[in-house]
Amino acid sequence: MPSPAPKDKMRVIKPKNGLIGVNFQELWRFRELFFFLSWRDILIRYKQTALGVLWVVIQPVVNVAVFTIIFGRLANLDSQGAPYPLITLAAIIPWQMFSVAVGASSLSLVASSNLVTKTYFPRLIIPLSSTFGTVVDALIGMALLLITVGTYWGAGKVGLVSVPDMIGLHWQVLLLPVFFLIGLAAAIAVGLWLSALNVKYRDIKYVVPFLLRVVMLLSPVGYISSVVPDKYRLLYSLNPLVGVMDGFRWCVLGDRFEPHWTGFAISLAMLFLFLLSGAIYFRSTERRFADII
Amino acid sequence: MSSGGDPIVSVRGVGKRYLLGASLSTRMLREQISDGFQRLLGGNSREREKREEFWALKDISFDVAPGEVLGIIGRNGAGKSTLLKVLSEITEPSLGEIHIRGHIASLLEVGTGFHPELTGRENIYLNGAILGMSRSEITKNLDEIIAFSGVERFIDTPVKRYSSGMYVRLAFSVAAHLEPEILVIDEVLAVGDFEFQKRCLGKIGQVARSGRTILFVSHNMTVMNELCERCLLLDQGKLVASGPTGPIIDRYLDTVSGNDDTELAPPPDKDAWITQVSLHHEKPDSSRTFRMGETLVVEIGYKTRKRVEQLGFGIILEDSIQNVRVFASLSSIEGLKLENVNGEGRVRLRFPELCLIPGRYRISANLNAKHFQYDRRVGIRVLDVVGEDELGTGFMLNRQHNGVVWLPHEWDLE
Repeated sequence: MPSPAPKDKMRVIKPKNGLIGVNFQELWRFRELFFFLSWRDILIRYKQTALGVLWVVIQPVVNVAVFTIIFGRLANLDSQGAPYPLITLAAIIPWQMFSVAVGASSLSLVASSNLVTKTYFPRLIIPLSSTFGTVVDALIGMALLLITVGTYWGAGKVGLVSVPDMIGLHWQVLLLPVFFLIGLAAAIAVGLWLSALNVKYRDIKYVVPFLLRVVMLLSPVGYISSVVPDKYRLLYSLNPLVGVMDGFRWCVLGDRFEPHWTGFAISLAMLFLFLLSGAIYFRSTERRFADII
Repeated sequence: MSSGGDPIVSVRGVGKRYLLGASLSTRMLREQISDGFQRLLGGNSREREKREEFWALKDISFDVAPGEVLGIIGRNGAGKSTLLKVLSEITEPSLGEIHIRGHIASLLEVGTGFHPELTGRENIYLNGAILGMSRSEITKNLDEIIAFSGVERFIDTPVKRYSSGMYVRLAFSVAAHLEPEILVIDEVLAVGDFEFQKRCLGKIGQVARSGRTILFVSHNMTVMNELCERCLLLDQGKLVASGPTGPIIDRYLDTVSGNDDTELAPPPDKDAWITQVSLHHEKPDSSRTFRMGETLVVEIGYKTRKRVEQLGFGIILEDSIQNVRVFASLSSIEGLKLENVNGEGRVRLRFPELCLIPGRYRISANLNAKHFQYDRRVGIRVLDVVGEDELGTGFMLNRQHNGVVWLPHEWDLE
C-alpha cells in the first residue's frame, strides 16, 4: 500500500484562544515568500516615475534646506559647533526610513486584502516585507549621508570652506548599521500595531500622517536632543527614535554627540516593549483578519 | 486511529460563526467608543442587535482518503467557500478540529497577488511563491509554465498590458504546476475561454490521476461528474449528504429546483410577482418527465398589487449540468404584452415539439414591464427530458455526442 507522501507532521486546525506568540519556525518556512514580496515592493516602487530612485535623494535634500533655514538660521538653535545641514541630514535619513516604512507597512494588510482572503501564509510576512521593501531606499540614504560628510571633509581639506575638526572619519561609523537596525525595529513595531489595527479600524489611514507629524516634532530631527532641558530628558527618551537619531549623529560627527546613555537605554526598552506588544497584538487578532478585512 | 487507510484530511464537528451587523464590516473607532460609553451607562440595546450570529458552517464532519478527488456541491451561500477557507487556514473555525497530513495548497482564485506593473515572468515567481512553491520549483517549471500559458511573446511585458484572457491563462498555468499532496480548488474553471477551460480540466484530471488528493468546488456538474468519485452536499452550512457523485448531483438538482406546485411568496416591495411556474403536457398527465418531440407547456401564474401596464413574461431554459443557456425569450421582444393588468392570472408558453436532447434542464421565469423587471425566479423548475430510441435505430441520443438541441433536419444521401 503506497503510504501518503512525506510524513509531514500532522497539522491540526482548531480554534485558538487568548494571546498568541510568534511562530518563528513557520516564518522561516515562508522566508522565500517574504523575499518575493519585498522584491515586488522594491520593483514597483519607482515604476512609471520620471525621476525614479532620485526621489530618495531629493526629499532629504529639500528637508535639510528647510530645517537648516528654520531651525539653524531663524530659530538659531544650538548645533554644538557642527554644520547645521549635517546635523539635520544625520537625523533626516533615519527619520525618512522610519516614516516611509511605517507609511507602507501600516496600510500593507488592507492593501493586500486579496492575499489575506484567498491564501494562507503567516500574516506577519505582509507588514514585515513591506517594511523590508523600503530598506533599499534607506541604504541609499545612508550612502548619501556618508558622501555628504566626505564632501564636507574634502572641501575643508582643500580650503574651500572652514569646517570644524569633528568632520572626519570616526570609529563610531562602524556602529551605523546597529542604529540602522534599531530604527528598522522601531518601524516594524509601529507597523505591526498600525497594520493590525487598520484591518478593523480604517481610521488608521487618517491617523498615520498625523501621527508621523507629531512623532517627528517629538524627535530630534530639526534640532539636537541636548536642546531639551535635562529634567525632561528621560521623558523625552521614551520615544525610541530619540536613541536612533542620537546614535546616527554620534556615528558621523563623533564624541561631541555622544548619546545620553540612560536615555538611550530607556529608548531601547520602550522599543522592545512596542515590538513585543505589537507582535502579540498582531498574532492574536490575525485569525480574524480574513473575516473582517 | 486505525491503520492502513488513514484519512489524509479529517474534519470533525467544524463550525464557523460570523457576527452579523456592524461588527462584521469595518467599524469606525467612533462607534466602538460610543458603544463603550453606552455600556458604561447601562444601555445595551444596540449591542444586542449587533451581536446577531450567523453560522456559515454547522457541525461538519467528514474524511478524505489519500488520492481521493472529493467534490463539494451546494447552492450559493451553502458554505462551500467557507469550508475551503477553513481547510486552507485562511480563516479559523469557531468550533471543531481538522487534522491534515501533508502539504496543502489552495487555489481559491487564479492570479492571487498578480501585480499589474510586473512582467509576466516576474508575476510567475511572485504568484508561485504565494501559492507555496519554492523558487527552485518555479525555476524548474518556468519553461513549462510559460508554454502552457501560450503567452511566450509577452512574457517580459507588464501584465497590465495583457488582455484578460492572457492574464487568466498565465495565472492558471502557474497554479497548474503546483505539486502539493492536497489541492483545494474553488470554481477557478469559470474563467477563460472554452478551449483553455478544457485544457485546465485535462490538467486537473492529470493531477487527480497522479494520486494527489483534491477537494473541489464547482457549479459545473459535468466537471464534477468527470472528476469526482465522491461528493459532499452542503445546504445552509450543514452537510446534508455524501456519497457517490451521481446520486448526490441528482439530489442537489432536486433541492435547487424544488419541484412542487405551492404558491410562491410575494416579494415585499414589488407591484407584480410570479405566483407559480408549472410544466404541463398537452393533455393533463401526472408524469413529470417529457419526451423529445412531445409538447411542453410552461405556465406562469402572476399577481399584481395594483394596476400594471404592459406586463411582459420571460422564460429561460438552461442546461442544468453545463449551465449553457439553450433558449430564452421575452414575450415583449415578440411584441406580446398584457396592456392593462390588475389582479391575477396565468399565461402559457407552448413548445409544440420539444427538440431537446434527453437530460436535465433548468427553467427560469421573469416578469417585466418596459424597462423594469418585477420579479425573477432563477432555476424555479427542472425539466427532465427522457429518451428511448427516438431515431428508431437503437442509438440513444445523448448530450455528450449530440449537443443540447436536436434541430428539425433531413439527410439527403442521393
